[in-house]
Amino acid sequence: MTRLVRNTTASRINHWITAGCFMLLLLSGLSMFHPMLFWLSELFGGGQWTRAVHPWIGTVLLVSYAGMIVQFWRDNGWNRDDVAWMRAIDRVLVNEEERVPEVGRFNAGQKAVFWSMALLVPVLFLTGIVIWEVYFAAYTTIEQRRIAVLIHCLAAVAAIIVWIVHVYAAIWVRGSVRSMTQGYVTPGWAWRHHRKWLRRLAATGSSGPRPRVGGGGPRP
Amino acid sequence: MSDLQSQDYIRRSASTLTPPSIRNHEQEVAKLIDVSRCIGCKACQAACMEWNDLRAEVGYFEGSYDNPLDLGPSTWTLMRFTEWEDEKGNLEWLIRKDGCMHCEDPGCLKACPAPGAIVQYANGIVDFISENCIGCGYCVTGCPFDIPRVSPVDHKSYKCTLCSDRVGVGLEPACVKACPTGAIMFGSKTDMTAWAGERIVDLKSRGFQNAGLYDPPGVGGTHVMYVLHHADRPSLYAGLPDRPRISPFVEAWKGILKPLALAGIAFTALAGFFHWVVVGPNEVQPEDEARARRQLQEAEDRK
Repeated sequence: MTRLVRNTTASRINHWITAGCFMLLLLSGLSMFHPMLFWLSELFGGGQWTRAVHPWIGTVLLVSYAGMIVQFWRDNGWNRDDVAWMRAIDRVLVNEEERVPEVGRFNAGQKAVFWSMALLVPVLFLTGIVIWEVYFAAYTTIEQRRIAVLIHCLAAVAAIIVWIVHVYAAIWVRGSVRSMTQGYVTPGWAWRHHRKWLRRLAATGSSGPRPRVGGGGPRP
Repeated sequence: MSDLQSQDYIRRSASTLTPPSIRNHEQEVAKLIDVSRCIGCKACQAACMEWNDLRAEVGYFEGSYDNPLDLGPSTWTLMRFTEWEDEKGNLEWLIRKDGCMHCEDPGCLKACPAPGAIVQYANGIVDFISENCIGCGYCVTGCPFDIPRVSPVDHKSYKCTLCSDRVGVGLEPACVKACPTGAIMFGSKTDMTAWAGERIVDLKSRGFQNAGLYDPPGVGGTHVMYVLHHADRPSLYAGLPDRPRISPFVEAWKGILKPLALAGIAFTALAGFFHWVVVGPNEVQPEDEARARRQLQEAEDRK
């Protein structure tokens, strides 16, 4: 076994639809957020088009991220390993992973990204509905829209910061990008970064991404 | 005005640079609406439609003199009628011509994300430059007076221009021209304030002790002002805000949040970049592969 499946084809497609939507939302949203970034609206065919298309992309992202939650929530449960891993964050940051507690399929940082987005995406969607002038202005008060747009911006900035952390972590931890493009990692990658995950796969004779159910074998 | 070079902008929406402003030696203008002299004839509404070529869709009678019922993309000014009984039981018919107040500190302009979609000229008029408007409706959230209306047809926001096209060539706004009682006056803000002072003295002499000028300081004053018989209670007049100001939510969103957000995003990106420079990539080592192989082999053997 020289390759372990880290992300299934369905997960990867789902991820990249979400990522594509996020990028488009980032560019169109920032163009409407700060005057110095208004030029980004040209990428979408001008201000009117940017304003019109942004909420639709957001709707696609909401559906797409719901798919991500369905696929990944089981491996993102918070547990004691995560607390231990977070305590050792200083060693994680300097690539000294030998002395960092072992983690399963996802570490605490990845779980934080997952759950942050699981919170921020619905917040962005709901506040976005309130300020979606074309269809929903008739159902909201002006004061509601003022509050919604402020929350929308705060949530968007938070999401962008989470996204930068996510992207940088993928670049930093070599092999992560391939795990989301081609879908596989080497056993050594799993040993180094997600040892518990590797042990469970090995114990159940699974090649990933999840341990085989009823795969037998003692858990080491 | 947008197809002419006005070169007298003192404010321009979503702009970080000084807009063309050299021809700024203009008097600040003001429209003074003397509510006490208004007879509710709606000549101003008709004149506005006529000059600006606006025809709103004909609506329905809803048991009110307000016609149409609300401002709209094609209704830039509207007489609002209020029946109010004073403390002595006298019925007062308060008629207020509603429309853009042309704030000195315009909330619409502050909220607008589209460069140059909202401008303010040196004479104080706040104008929407429609070709730059993206139809987001942010101006609606910025306005303390609930004035702009976004057209569902062309997705542009509209409101009273204070007839900037007429004022620019030395004419008074169409509503002023049409008013048969002189309830709507137009001139320099100084002159209008002085004239309002005379009117207020007169009203006070007739028993309206609280008569006064509505030129709310919360928005830096306005270029459309009212003489009210009950200036202590502006909200009597179909909900004219007592103390209008740009909403603190809008102030936060358009104020502190913008630089803070960009700084936060830039800081995170820079932190990532310098982490890369200082620590560098986390790469799988040959011994990781060896130990992983051993692990997999052991599991295989146990079966």
